[in-house]
Amino acid sequence: MKGNEALAEAAIQAGCTRFFGYPITPQTELAAYMAKRLPKIGGVFLQAESEVSAINMLQGAGAAGVRAMTSSSSPGISLKAEGISYMAGADVPGLIINVQRGGPGLGGIQPSQADYWQATKAPGHGDFHILVFAPNSVQEMVDLVSHAFDLSDNYRVPAMILADGLLGQMMEPVEIKSSDEKVELPKKQWATCGHNNEREHNIVNSLFLQANELERVVRERFERYKVIEENETMCEKYMTDDADYIVVAFGATARVAKAAVKDARAKGIKIGLVRPITLWPFPKEELKEVAVNAKSFLCVEMNMGQMVEDVKLAIDCSRPVEFFGRTGGVIPTPAEVLEQIVKLSGGEQ
Amino acid sequence: MAVVFKKPNALTDKPTHYCPGCTHGIVHRLVAECIDELGIEGKAIGVAPVGCAVMAYDYFSCDMIQAPHGRAPAIATGVKRSLPDSFVFTYQGDGDLAAIGTAETIHAAARGENITIIFINNAIYGMTGGQMAPTTLPSQVTQTSPYGRNVNEVGYPIKMCEMLSTLDGATYLERVSVDCVKNVNATKRAIKKAFQTQIDGKGFSLVEVISTCPTNWGLSPNAALDWLRDNMIPYYPLGVYKDSTSDKEEK
Ligand SMILES: Cc1ncc(C[n+]2csc(CCOP(=O)(O)OP(=O)(O)O)c2C)c(N)n1
Ligand code: SF4
Repeated sequence: MKGNEALAEAAIQAGCTRFFGYPITPQTELAAYMAKRLPKIGGVFLQAESEVSAINMLQGAGAAGVRAMTSSSSPGISLKAEGISYMAGADVPGLIINVQRGGPGLGGIQPSQADYWQATKAPGHGDFHILVFAPNSVQEMVDLVSHAFDLSDNYRVPAMILADGLLGQMMEPVEIKSSDEKVELPKKQWATCGHNNEREHNIVNSLFLQANELERVVRERFERYKVIEENETMCEKYMTDDADYIVVAFGATARVAKAAVKDARAKGIKIGLVRPITLWPFPKEELKEVAVNAKSFLCVEMNMGQMVEDVKLAIDCSRPVEFFGRTGGVIPTPAEVLEQIVKLSGGEQ
Repeated sequence: MAVVFKKPNALTDKPTHYCPGCTHGIVHRLVAECIDELGIEGKAIGVAPVGCAVMAYDYFSCDMIQAPHGRAPAIATGVKRSLPDSFVFTYQGDGDLAAIGTAETIHAAARGENITIIFINNAIYGMTGGQMAPTTLPSQVTQTSPYGRNVNEVGYPIKMCEMLSTLDGATYLERVSVDCVKNVNATKRAIKKAFQTQIDGKGFSLVEVISTCPTNWGLSPNAALDWLRDNMIPYYPLGVYKDSTSDKEEK
């Protein structure tokens, strides 16, 4: 199944019944799939007039208490920034998919990871985080969709799947858990779905004019973030136990990096791979652990090195962190990465 | 003792923050009376704008959402498409609806979204201190048109009802005013008709209420009402701009 379509089907199986989007390459197939499937199962597919509207429709659906998503690619995610900030500020859950392409500006339509900073640091204005998942295969995209929905609902924090054009367009066999039973969604006592004259009115709101009050609300949210960091960080470690050198890569790039790590091992270089699966929360502890025995690190990304600073901070700059990346939509090859690994190991074999 | 006048149930006990003589309060009351009379508070979800009415979420007793500036129709769309049996209305100012949210307004109308918009046209940005709005009249002095709105430089006001009436998706559009008792009564009838349009599943309805902003117009409440009658109503004629309630099928 194609990555984009698998994301869509996985969302439906996770109980997502509302989709709001605006056309953009390379996420097109996702919306097309939703347009075909959702009306057949009593759901709603709606093509909005812009990404700005789409994210606000998502906020409306999320506030109403239903499971809903939007998908886009980089330039469209910039337009969603306002809505994401409002959702975060009003604790409205929802899933946002970014099938990244090259930037800045209109950039290109080839795969990229150049929205790492946007996703992890500044998905909108204000003091907040969103959950960011970086799958590296079609199967993992599928698995993370329902997980992302669940966490988003449980913690009332918007979630993002940070995919890229490579994963979106990739064909791979997948297993999608499907059941004929309706997904049991958690009860949302806070939702604005009509009080039915049975309770006080609910308000979904991000405005707090009293500075002390806003501070209290933000601090409360950051307490929740702490719980998320402690419990929901995900990462894959590959051959790190005896590794002198560590490659850090996420998403599609991690596949290339893993191939290069295997080749380097065949040459006798003691190298391992750490692959963050959640980009926020970032796997700081895992990196700190491998830094104990490792001599140096190499970040491999499809951008100009946006994750490097997070790796440096995670290991308290205790080891050198080198970088190799391609950008603009160019995909690094295993041979290129291997060359960097050999350089990193000082030609040791 | 017989109660002859009381606060509608659809309004909370919170005192509003509106300036003395501001017509926002009148329109809030009319909206609440209509909600009461139609018995829809329990299934109503209101969407508050960014503007002076931002805190409407504290004033209406139904469930409320506070939208980003101009995005209320998109939020309302998300709610209504999720809960088709609910009753969804937005309450928006002219900057919110006719400047930053123009796209959201037009496309909600074009889609025939089964929601109701209460549009407060006071020809100015109230909350931010009286800047020029898309509905500011030619020659009208505001903070950002200190020499009067020069139409040769900044163009002409937008007449929303007229513009929206060209859209097949819009079902009910009416422009009203709250400057006198007769018009206040007419406004209530218009809001009720718009709400009924939604209840009947007939699609998009909008009521534009010509309103005052005494504070930023720099006029006393009474003088503001005179100014409204002398200047706004001639430019924004009152009336029903679209009524296809009898041709539209139930959604
Ligand atoms: C994105 C964004 N831009 C600007 C503002 C500042 N702002 C707050 S209220 C407002 C104008 C509201 O005017 P209007 O919609 O006419 O409503 P009124 O206050 O007159 O009732 C503006 C520009 C904002 N909150 N958000
Ligand atoms: S600033 Fe104007 S619109 Fe706002 S509450 Fe005061 S009088 Fe009303």
